[in-house]
Amino acid sequence: MNLRRLLLIAIPYLWLLGLFLVPFLIVLKISLSDTAVAIPPYTPTLDLSGGWASIKEFFGQLDFENFIWLTQDELYWRSYLSSLQIAAVSTFITLLVGYPVAYGMAQSPDEWRPTLMMLVILPFWTSFLIRVYAWIGILANEGFLNQFLLWTGIIDMPLQIMNTTTAVYIGIVYTYLPFMILPIYATLEKMDGALIEAAEDLGCSRLSAFWLVTLPLSRPGIIAGCFLVFIPVIGEFVIPSLLGGSRTLMIGKVLWEEFFSNRDWPVASAVAVVLLILLIVPIVLFQRNQQRQQEASQ
Amino acid sequence: MNRRLSWFNVTTLSLGFAFLYLPMLILIIYSFNASKLVTVWAGFSTQWYVSLMGNQQFLDAAWVTLRVAFFSSTLATVLGTMAAYVLVRAGRFPGRTLFSGMIYAPLVMPDVITGLSLLLLFIAINLDRGIFTIVLAHTTFSMCYVSVVVSSRLMTFDRSLEEAALDLGCTPFDAFRSVTLPIITPAVISGWLLAFTLSLDDLVIASFTAGPSSTTLPIRIFSSVRLGVSPEINALSTIMISIVAVGVVSASLVSKRAIIRQRQEELAGVRA
Amino acid sequence: MAQSKPQNVFAPWDDPNEVPLIRFRNVTKRFGTFTAIDSLDLDIYRKEFFALLGPSGCGKTTLMRMLAGFETPSEGKITVDDVDVGPIPPNKRPVNMMFQSYALFPHLTVEDNIAFGLKRSKMSRDEITARVTEMLRLTRLEKFARRKPHQISGGQRQRVALARSLAKAPKLLLLDEPLGALDRKLREDTQFELMDIQEKTGTTFVIVTHDQEEAMTVASRVAVMDHGRIVQVDTPAGIYETPNSVYVADFIGDVNIIEGNASPAGEGRVSIHYAEGAQPIIAAADHIPDGQRVSFAIRPEKIVVGTEPDPDRTNQVRGRIVDIGYLGNVSTYHLELPGGQKFSAQMTNARRLARRDFTWDDEVWLSWTETAGVVLTE
Repeated sequence: MNLRRLLLIAIPYLWLLGLFLVPFLIVLKISLSDTAVAIPPYTPTLDLSGGWASIKEFFGQLDFENFIWLTQDELYWRSYLSSLQIAAVSTFITLLVGYPVAYGMAQSPDEWRPTLMMLVILPFWTSFLIRVYAWIGILANEGFLNQFLLWTGIIDMPLQIMNTTTAVYIGIVYTYLPFMILPIYATLEKMDGALIEAAEDLGCSRLSAFWLVTLPLSRPGIIAGCFLVFIPVIGEFVIPSLLGGSRTLMIGKVLWEEFFSNRDWPVASAVAVVLLILLIVPIVLFQRNQQRQQEASQ
Repeated sequence: MNRRLSWFNVTTLSLGFAFLYLPMLILIIYSFNASKLVTVWAGFSTQWYVSLMGNQQFLDAAWVTLRVAFFSSTLATVLGTMAAYVLVRAGRFPGRTLFSGMIYAPLVMPDVITGLSLLLLFIAINLDRGIFTIVLAHTTFSMCYVSVVVSSRLMTFDRSLEEAALDLGCTPFDAFRSVTLPIITPAVISGWLLAFTLSLDDLVIASFTAGPSSTTLPIRIFSSVRLGVSPEINALSTIMISIVAVGVVSASLVSKRAIIRQRQEELAGVRA
Repeated sequence: MAQSKPQNVFAPWDDPNEVPLIRFRNVTKRFGTFTAIDSLDLDIYRKEFFALLGPSGCGKTTLMRMLAGFETPSEGKITVDDVDVGPIPPNKRPVNMMFQSYALFPHLTVEDNIAFGLKRSKMSRDEITARVTEMLRLTRLEKFARRKPHQISGGQRQRVALARSLAKAPKLLLLDEPLGALDRKLREDTQFELMDIQEKTGTTFVIVTHDQEEAMTVASRVAVMDHGRIVQVDTPAGIYETPNSVYVADFIGDVNIIEGNASPAGEGRVSIHYAEGAQPIIAAADHIPDGQRVSFAIRPEKIVVGTEPDPDRTNQVRGRIVDIGYLGNVSTYHLELPGGQKFSAQMTNARRLARRDFTWDDEVWLSWTETAGVVLTE
């Protein structure tokens, strides 16, 4: 191996080792440590000057106390469960909203499609924070939605939407919608229109042609879209903290508060480790799906 | 193919795009509201833009954010392009699986974990937190996005172009510089833009890795938004949305024109 | 055939004093457990237009990529001008390649594509300009010098690729399916253009192709490959007229193959018993042991079809016409022999069709001489 090739591989490799893998090992280590009133606020810290004995002592002090603590305090497992539930429900709603839009885009005339594509991508480039923020003014008790509903006479008391799980659902569906639309649109757009004509020719109605042909063929896009929404939503922090209020439990928010408000680094690290373990299953499934799709397209 | 929009599709598209754009539209309209009460219209005014321009805290934060975004996206583009090249072209080497795992993992890693782990690293190695640490953090996760964008371009790249360059006397490095790089440049640029936007946008990782003197714009916005809606933030959002809109629309116009010109040239070539 | 010039025949392979330009000695190439090239020996001479012919996956492209330097042999040695090229990287070899996809640099003009390799040699700018102009003239591309590759047609792109690979005046030019992307008419014209340019520049060409007609048209010698081995190397005429195996006979052109047992039938002749009760076929052949299982191969156009047996020809067989394929200049007759064997014969349509004296289901006589076919033992 020549020097240039070695450098080419080594530079990004070492960067990722140092700034991705090592930090995560540190998280793992701190999750096994104890809280202490010190700087940094945990023990033990590794002191290499003591030689082998101190390393041994260091490992001897690590334990699973924090993980046991996570199982005992119901705040934690309830927020894990509620994260999963919120992620699952909002993924489903996003699919219900996103599929018709993707379908409509794929059905639209060729010359419209680039523009429609751009309109879907544009929000993705605008600040996530601002897009979530925009909903505060809409969902608040005196916000636009309540004003509108009062004006139409559907309700006569403002609805409490802000600071509820509903607001979180709305925020998630809104911000993650492009992630659902794009992969579904990609599969629908590739689909041969003659397939639908063939189905109709063979006696299908419009609806049954959709149900028997279009929908099954867009399955890879649906799966990809669902994972693209589900996985990041589990660890979501901004939306629950801006729209969800104190009653919405999501694990990303718990981790943040554990760290910044309680300054309990070992517990925050343990929360992070468990969150990651929770994410491994959907991530692996997603990778498999992507791989299978790639192989199929070759 | 000849596709015709049914009323059903028109309805879903209108509703879908209304859902996507109405909130931002309201935000923009009410940034010109004279009243401090954000939900009551009290006449047109640009006073919030004026007061925003006088808000030193926001201006400082914006300046920090721009510097962080510029440095991190540039660094991420270099590293991400290298990583993409390694993934697609370097063949087998020890630890390749770990390498590709480390490229893809940050894409799905929740921000809170990335932020927390980097913060703990910086504390462990006693690195003072500031702009530098945010740049390190942002580079690390956005280089992975860059490498995904660039490697997907490299995968569709005709390998024989590089072989032709070697065949005609280029060293491998020379071949990369004079053939590969010019051809993948559009992907590298869009990788840079993506990294830049990700950095501009990031709240969570920056919150973990920023020091007291390096508050970024999202951190500043977040702390003031927590106190409720403010017309100044509306004005700021409007500015940011319009910058992005102008950027994206002009980029798509430029690329559309490039495609049209290329088609015309191809037609001319066939006729000649 | 193009190279059949009666005087001063170009045949360095027959001259024992000629030193080959390229030598493969016992070259093997493995990819994992797959053997792409199997202990192969081959000599290619200066100024040859050498064709590597075979179905896809036969190893011909691997052979070419080893010459270019993109693959290294697992075993054995390749020499160019008596220099072992094994350790030389592709950018240092006196060999250039024309890629199947042409691999024109899309961001450079036609001119810059042609100048690309020259700029990497120690040529002065004036020399480069002069050489580029010369190449543009040779390939008739002067008008397109400032176009980008996507602005010219497929045939023009092919010529740019040729000009670019010839610009450095390599000792050896490798062409990987150079005409594969062109349509039939253009391909035929380009074949003659290639031969013309090869002759003008005096460069040794090695072409890889799966198209037997193309190999036959352009090449001075053809190597027929199968499963990593060279089955036969010979001139196009030699390959066609005297194939050394059923594989080669079958790969090049149409052929009738009849299996049977040989027995000696006088000096330099064998008789082949192919069916119970049928008259054995008499064919010229040497050194065939008695009772050897052989295949008799005969080209359809070597057979005369008639209502009467032709007394001048040694072999006369009865057959029934199953089908007639009318191709204008020739007609192909599909016949069945009394033993059930299928046979095809080709006759030029010297007469008007209406005056043809046999048609479907007619019993006819097939006649051919002793030397019309070949006897193959493998």
